Amino acid sequence: MTTGTETTETPTAAPLASPSGVAPRKRPTGHRRLLTRRDRITLGLMAGVPTILHVALVWLTALASIALAFTTWDGIGFDSIKWVGLDNFRELFTTNPQFWPAVQHNVIWFVVLILLPTPFGLFLAVQLDKKIRFSRVYQTAFFLPVVMSMAVIGFVWQLIYNPDTGLINSVIGANTPGHYIDWIGDPDLNLWAILVAASWRHAGYMMILYLAGLKSVDPALREASALDGAGEWQTFKNVIFPTLRPTNTVVLVVTIIEALRAFDLVFVFNKGAQGTELLSILVTNNIIGESSRIGYGSAIAVVLLVISLAVIVPYLIATFRKERRA
Amino acid sequence: MSDLHLPSPSRRTLLRGIGGAAVLGAGIPLLSACGGSGTAADPKTVTLGSNGSDAVPKKAYAEIYAAFTKQSGITVDVNTKDHNTFQEQINAYLQGTPDDVFNWFAGYRMQFFAAKGLATPLDDVWAKIGDNFPEAMKKLSKGADGKYYFVPLDTYPWAVFYRKSVFQKHGYTVPTKWDEFVALCKQMKKDGLVPIAFGDKDAWPALGTFDQLNFRTNGYDFHVDLMAGKASWTDAKVRKAFDLWAEILPYHQDGAVGRTWQDAAQSMLSGKAGMYLLGSFVGQQATDKTIQDDLDFFPFPEISPEFGQDTVEAPTDGYMMSKSPKNHAGAVKLLEFLGTPEAEALYLKADSSVVAASSTADTSSYTALQKKAYDMISGAKSLTQFMDRDSRPDFTSTVMQPALQKFIRDPKGIDGILSSVERQKKTIFASS
Repeated sequence: MTTGTETTETPTAAPLASPSGVAPRKRPTGHRRLLTRRDRITLGLMAGVPTILHVALVWLTALASIALAFTTWDGIGFDSIKWVGLDNFRELFTTNPQFWPAVQHNVIWFVVLILLPTPFGLFLAVQLDKKIRFSRVYQTAFFLPVVMSMAVIGFVWQLIYNPDTGLINSVIGANTPGHYIDWIGDPDLNLWAILVAASWRHAGYMMILYLAGLKSVDPALREASALDGAGEWQTFKNVIFPTLRPTNTVVLVVTIIEALRAFDLVFVFNKGAQGTELLSILVTNNIIGESSRIGYGSAIAVVLLVISLAVIVPYLIATFRKERRA
Repeated sequence: MSDLHLPSPSRRTLLRGIGGAAVLGAGIPLLSACGGSGTAADPKTVTLGSNGSDAVPKKAYAEIYAAFTKQSGITVDVNTKDHNTFQEQINAYLQGTPDDVFNWFAGYRMQFFAAKGLATPLDDVWAKIGDNFPEAMKKLSKGADGKYYFVPLDTYPWAVFYRKSVFQKHGYTVPTKWDEFVALCKQMKKDGLVPIAFGDKDAWPALGTFDQLNFRTNGYDFHVDLMAGKASWTDAKVRKAFDLWAEILPYHQDGAVGRTWQDAAQSMLSGKAGMYLLGSFVGQQATDKTIQDDLDFFPFPEISPEFGQDTVEAPTDGYMMSKSPKNHAGAVKLLEFLGTPEAEALYLKADSSVVAASSTADTSSYTALQKKAYDMISGAKSLTQFMDRDSRPDFTSTVMQPALQKFIRDPKGIDGILSSVERQKKTIFASS
């Protein structure tokens, strides 16, 4: 933020922000002043401006969408907001055919990410940590998808999965009538097809996290276990993996976040059509558009928020407890 | 400058105020920098918000505006946005500081914003241009209150497209009745063709197929009632339309939900598929001149003799005026010009995939296909727009699009789909 720092250089800002009743600088008081008035203004602005922005853009909007979840509103003029109580939620839980699949897919997303690409990322990290030849080349290759935006990954995999002209169907000849594989349209296939693409990226991400974790493992531990005659697997299982505990926590949190915020890949792939619905997509589909259902979309967003809180709150409690103990 | 117009505190000035407060009046022009254009109205300029972001329409529009400037001395300041983005942001756009005139669609989508008070009535414009348009277009340009809010420019029909050479090679004749159509599908399949090309990845093409089946089976009036949320989706009449669809669904291209309309168009243009039901913009996909000339179409076959082929789906694009234009007089002049046959002729010269909305436009430069499309539209008893232009867009996009994709995947589940649609329709139409 440049606003805070730049303002302090203009002299006009100072008197405006001067708190009344505070003694001017020239008269020293009883306790020692650690900060000059200028410093305090600077600090106040540096903390204040981001706070205002944060409260306005994060908290107010979050609270506004919670409030809007109990209304119907088409987004035109504030007088068209109508209070409907729990109707949006009732409709969501009972009549919306896309809602429960969306919840289910968010869960599947998490389970798959934590069970497949995460261990694979750990495996890659362990292999690359052995200082094999061309280690950096492999590292770069696996990390490359992480650098790319999810939308770009969506475009790339869409080309691969295109049922008529895509790589897979062209190679295995599954693009002729009769034996046709519709990777993007078939609800039994498309979620898994997208998860392959998501995993492709997630594995590289996890690899980097674990590599960093492995670098911090004390080499003395390895030496000690080698002296004790432990094999490679035994060393990993009994010595290395337990020391990776903090990394595992980070990995778990990151994976949960990835599962909950999954959006761009699917949106590019098939806009969350049959079989790939996600909560984030339902929110977008209802809110963005020319005559939007902002109240209804907010209700879905609130559900997503509640799910996120159910994950975040236990994590925060555990973290704070640990800090208090330390 | 203009003493007629009192500028109300716009979103922009409000933002500037907040920005100023945030930096404690230090006057750093950070946020105010986004207010690029001047706020005072210039009587020699009309601003225009355009969704014509594709190369062909963009160039065609530019030619119309150049001609207008030459004739009136008023410059058109065009603000072009990506077609889809324009649509998604239209709500915020019209409530903020919109341009004087903007591109939009006829039908329900126009009436919606007119009813919300976000557009200026154009009865004064229509007093001048009224004679240029047929009755069906006049009907399309009026809001629910009976006032005009829309100036149509161009339109295009939905029909069944095919390649003449493919029909010639196999000796097919154009079907006019449902049974002939089904028989033709069967024959095509026997001949190793995909009878009907189909791509519903973008979820809207299936809406067009349903429209055809519904108004051919149940007539225009029932279709309008259904779109307006008055008729029930669980009505036996709707079920009948879906039963007919299920009958021809096996002759549609496999895996439609994973295919874009562009890819489906290619399979028809390359001769792998026999027919393709789409808007005439399908012609834009034929880059090869010989294929373009080989392209032909026929109206969707008759299902119920009572209704014949009297309804044509013809989405119409045109212009509206925002609620408080900065240069009202100039905007009126521009819209009057856009309603003339000359303006249409300029547009159509550059974009040959559509036809004029005006009945007095010069059709001498039309291709054979354009002439046919023009005749089909002007001979129609009733014109429909398209499901998401004839009904609430929030209903069509969040309910109908997924429902029809589900039907295409599993036509046997139609009863469950229709009762679910009806339940969701009730809550959506009850709101607002």
